Amino acid sequence: MSRQSEFAQAILNPDLPVPEGLQNPEGAPAGKRFSVYRNNVAVSLSEALEVTFPVIRKLVGDEFFKAMAGVFLRQHQPNSPVLMFYGAEMPAFLEGFEPVAHLGYLPDIARIELALCRSYHAADTPPLDPTALQAIAPDDLLKTRLHLAPPVHLVHSKWPVGSIFHANSSGDTPPTEMHPEDILITRPEFDPQVTVLPSGAGAFIAALIDNATLGDALKQATITSGDFDLTETLGLLLSAGAITKISKGT
Amino acid sequence: MLDTTGTPPQTLPNAPGVGYKPQHFAAIMEDPAPVEWLEIHAENYMGDGGRPLAQLRHLAERFPISVHGVGLSIGGADPLDTDHLKRLKHLCDWLNPASFSEHLAWSTHEGFYLNDLIALPYTEETVTRVADHVAQVQDILGRKMLLENPSSYLAFAESTYSETDFLTEVVARTGCGLLLDINNVFISATNQKTGAIDYIDAFPLDHVGEFHLGGHDQDTDDTGAPLLIDSHGREVADPVWALFDYTLSKTGARPALIEWDANVPEWPELAAEAARAATILQKAPA
Amino acid sequence: MSYHVKSLAVAGAIAAALTAQMTTPAAAAAKEKCYGVALAGQNDCKAGAGTTCAGTSKVDYQGNAFSLVPAGTCASIELPEGRMGSLEELDRDVPS
Repeated sequence: MSRQSEFAQAILNPDLPVPEGLQNPEGAPAGKRFSVYRNNVAVSLSEALEVTFPVIRKLVGDEFFKAMAGVFLRQHQPNSPVLMFYGAEMPAFLEGFEPVAHLGYLPDIARIELALCRSYHAADTPPLDPTALQAIAPDDLLKTRLHLAPPVHLVHSKWPVGSIFHANSSGDTPPTEMHPEDILITRPEFDPQVTVLPSGAGAFIAALIDNATLGDALKQATITSGDFDLTETLGLLLSAGAITKISKGT
Repeated sequence: MLDTTGTPPQTLPNAPGVGYKPQHFAAIMEDPAPVEWLEIHAENYMGDGGRPLAQLRHLAERFPISVHGVGLSIGGADPLDTDHLKRLKHLCDWLNPASFSEHLAWSTHEGFYLNDLIALPYTEETVTRVADHVAQVQDILGRKMLLENPSSYLAFAESTYSETDFLTEVVARTGCGLLLDINNVFISATNQKTGAIDYIDAFPLDHVGEFHLGGHDQDTDDTGAPLLIDSHGREVADPVWALFDYTLSKTGARPALIEWDANVPEWPELAAEAARAATILQKAPA
Repeated sequence: MSYHVKSLAVAGAIAAALTAQMTTPAAAAAKEKCYGVALAGQNDCKAGAGTTCAGTSKVDYQGNAFSLVPAGTCASIELPEGRMGSLEELDRDVPS
């Protein structure tokens, strides 16, 4: 095994012996000195996860989060030095992590936090001038496509995760009833926003993300929900600067 | 975004800079004194947009910026990550920073990033590897880079070079410059029971383009011997200031950075550290 | 609903959405948005203080040594444990 392989494995697994040939100034085995690296790696990756998942941390508590991060980071090391995107495996990890099995909503909270982080760093695209929509002839409208901005993300959940998220970030009252929520993440200017979508809007926006025409997106929304309100959903998208351009369909 | 077309490459002034923290943005824009330049960690500005890049654009209009990479793994046994090199090039081409620096250390192995600056032995094999990697970085970025001396906590039985000879050799082979971290020199000398002054005296000081000054934590090893940790979580220790003073008596004033990455203080406290550096820089020989 | 009628309905919805836009107080467009709260960067080059704890106390989850229980605000969220009988598992759609 190469020197760095041996080093890396011993850093991640403290049950392994300190690699040979590492010394203190007297030429004796390095012992605890090697633990500086073990500690740095574990602490720094845990702290990166704390930055990305503040609501998960609040939900499970600091002590639990630290211990859980210790398990996570030994299963999933970053595959890039750009740590703003570290933790993509967290939702799947939480789904399989027995000590949180009773908190079924946690994976979707992690999906929201990952989406927020990606949204925060996404490209800046000027929002559409809303009057451009008015310029389209009514008969062309259903074939028109609305293109959403890079910071826009959607999370479907069978849990009230948007309400749980807000209760743990802006102090709202936590939900007491089980219900599904569709969550939209937008970024007017520089601050990502988490919005719980009204009925049918999730299906409508999901269709837009899949490059559907306005007509097809509308069809999806009305199949999903009997009381989908196009005016409300368009207003929400426009006010959040979530639409960047329109293109005429064929 | 940032229009740097046609602007001449700036250089870092022989004055204090600080590691930029977003919570200081407003304070810096209002009254940066005595800070004259800023350093960023490259990897935090590798997103596609949003507030980090917008802030950086504003800062770059007012201050020379030093881009300090923490994730390139120049001492890694694997080839350099070409995706990461592309990201660095993209950032440097956009920002046109006054300086680019990285570490004499490794952090990525077999595609996994360990997020620490891990020591490497100093041998013929590693000097060739590091020099090749530094040359590759300079080639791709189209600019000279500075290589920083690490904090060391342990020694490798197989090392055949001293750290200063190793760095001298890398400079000779690549033409790179050096970033001399005075705190790291003090940490390594204490941990290795060697002389910090001896290290400075053996260092190729003519090639130093920047100094780092940061705080360290004190611990002990299994034998009770002092073990200093490069925590960047407090003010610069007095013996480190003394070593900085000694070094400047040999080099004259050069750009000097205060690094404070953990327990980051309010701006006035950070500015006070920069002011202490400014006092020492001002009395250094021209 | 005929295509034409449907188009007119959509045009009406758009007009209503635009009207609402116009009456919403315009975001302070001129205000410098750079000054808002910025997230801490995940990358830095500090060392974790000390040599103990996180690095050396490996939590052996496989060996069932993970004995902690979540103790954050999750304790105050009371949701019925039962499955949502009629609700199918929804696809998760997070565009890149």
